[in-house]
Amino acid sequence: MSDFMMFSLVPLTVAVIIGMTCALLGNFLVLRRQSLIGDAISHVALPGIVVSFLLTGMLSSAAMMLGAGVSALITVAMIELIRRLGRVEISAAMGVTFTSLFAVGVLLLEWHQAGGVHLDVEHALYGNLESLIWFDGTGPAALFDPVALADLPPQLARVAWVGLLVVIFVAVFRRHLVLGSFDPDFAASVRAHPVLVDLLLVTMVAVAAIAAFEAVGSIIVIAMFICPAAAARLMTDRLVAQIAWSQLFAVISAVLGYLLAGHGPGWLGFDASVSAAGTIATLAGLILLLACLWGPRRHRTGVTASP
Amino acid sequence: MNRAAWVSEEVAASPLAVQGLTVSYDHRPVVYSVDFVTPPGSMTAIVGPNGAGKSTLLKAAMGITRRLTGDVRVFGRPIEEMSRHIAYVPQRNSIDWDFPATVIDVVAMGLFRNLRWWQFTRRRHREQAMESLARVGMEAFAERQIGQLSGGQQQRVFLARALTQEAELTILDEPFAGVDAATEKAIVEVLKRLREEGRTLLCVHHDLATVRDYFDHVLLLNVRRIAAGPVEEVFTERNLQATYGGRLSTVQLTRLVGDPVAAAQRSE
Repeated sequence: MSDFMMFSLVPLTVAVIIGMTCALLGNFLVLRRQSLIGDAISHVALPGIVVSFLLTGMLSSAAMMLGAGVSALITVAMIELIRRLGRVEISAAMGVTFTSLFAVGVLLLEWHQAGGVHLDVEHALYGNLESLIWFDGTGPAALFDPVALADLPPQLARVAWVGLLVVIFVAVFRRHLVLGSFDPDFAASVRAHPVLVDLLLVTMVAVAAIAAFEAVGSIIVIAMFICPAAAARLMTDRLVAQIAWSQLFAVISAVLGYLLAGHGPGWLGFDASVSAAGTIATLAGLILLLACLWGPRRHRTGVTASP
Repeated sequence: MNRAAWVSEEVAASPLAVQGLTVSYDHRPVVYSVDFVTPPGSMTAIVGPNGAGKSTLLKAAMGITRRLTGDVRVFGRPIEEMSRHIAYVPQRNSIDWDFPATVIDVVAMGLFRNLRWWQFTRRRHREQAMESLARVGMEAFAERQIGQLSGGQQQRVFLARALTQEAELTILDEPFAGVDAATEKAIVEVLKRLREEGRTLLCVHHDLATVRDYFDHVLLLNVRRIAAGPVEEVFTERNLQATYGGRLSTVQLTRLVGDPVAAAQRSE
């Protein structure tokens, strides 16, 4: 029990919160056929973080968040610019933007590696859920002990705040989000400010991606923005039900993925564990695959592969 | 305020009046300096060839598309304060019908302005939406997923959404495009009933053959305003030729406006 509290409680909670937060936003990205934006933003968090480190010389969370936030804004602007100037479709613009910016981040990282700072591509990609250890979590009593609670890894509080922020955003703007996704012209005609809400949505995606990036790396973020919501869409034709399904899928992926990563290899006789973030993302993909094969709403009328 | 100087009594009575409205894409005007005053209580068609800027004119007037210049008034006041008096029905093919929503969900979107963010859609809202659905003869489809509807049914659902807005002016962008004859008839009936209630309708319309049957006023548009006024006076061979740049054959014109000689006399 104390082992679980010390080593697993925080990573598991962080993974569940991040999964649910990203999946919630992912519903609207999938409906807008903009799933890739989550991918783009979580990739460019890397160059943002590296540049902020190069400028400030520290690895403080605030500086990293700021750097990642600025790079997210630059990404959005770049995507829009490429789309307009190059007259290419938005997914092409996104693909070009995030791969090239991520590449810049990798180069910058290698370049300053001489400084011997712990910041590497591996960490950026699949984070380090397992390192979120709660040293004072020695037993159930610790949950009520202020001293022990103060020792909780700071990432937990950070992702919890971000999760709360995202829930509030979706609750307040639910009708704006639906109108803007379904019928932007009508939304503009009733002054639902679709462009502004779109920008807010992207901002929320950036905030969630960055908070998650720091705790768990970008693989899990990308998977959670797309897989649970896309799988949920195949389960139902009601938006509320779709959101509920996406949350369920996110929780299943996070919990099962974390447990499998820690114990799965052991069951198979290997004396090791695998990356929790990688396993969670793989499970999310697997759920999507199952939904594609057996989801009840996969044969919808009038559905085309692309808009 | 020299801008307000054009607000005459006619403009003050009109649910949508535009002056000097210009919209351009890539430095090319798609709507150029259009003046138009929608007569209150009228059923007005906007007619013109493809690419004439019909939809763009309406979108720019409503603030959906950015306008380069121009003043837009609703009952004499700037549209920014008055947009709730206008209901807009976009082109049916402009949206994603695979969206996870039911018919009643879409109709209830017309209540957007009546609901604050903390309010949920309550029974009276659903009843209001059901009433609108009944007016277009679609109440049996309330719980249907919107992707399962035919084109004509989708158009009627859109019309029902506009009805729940209870606006003075309803703007429709090609409401008869891709719908069957029965639906077209049903939609026209609903629109005529709205006019009888004293409301105003403004439609982008592409079928020249039905302009006389459905509408009482017409705006002929081809980037610029070619002519506007009562159908009897304005829907003439000369004006149509000017609008379509001579692309209409004499046979077509004769069928549309009747005997060319009589039509020419009408236009005098």
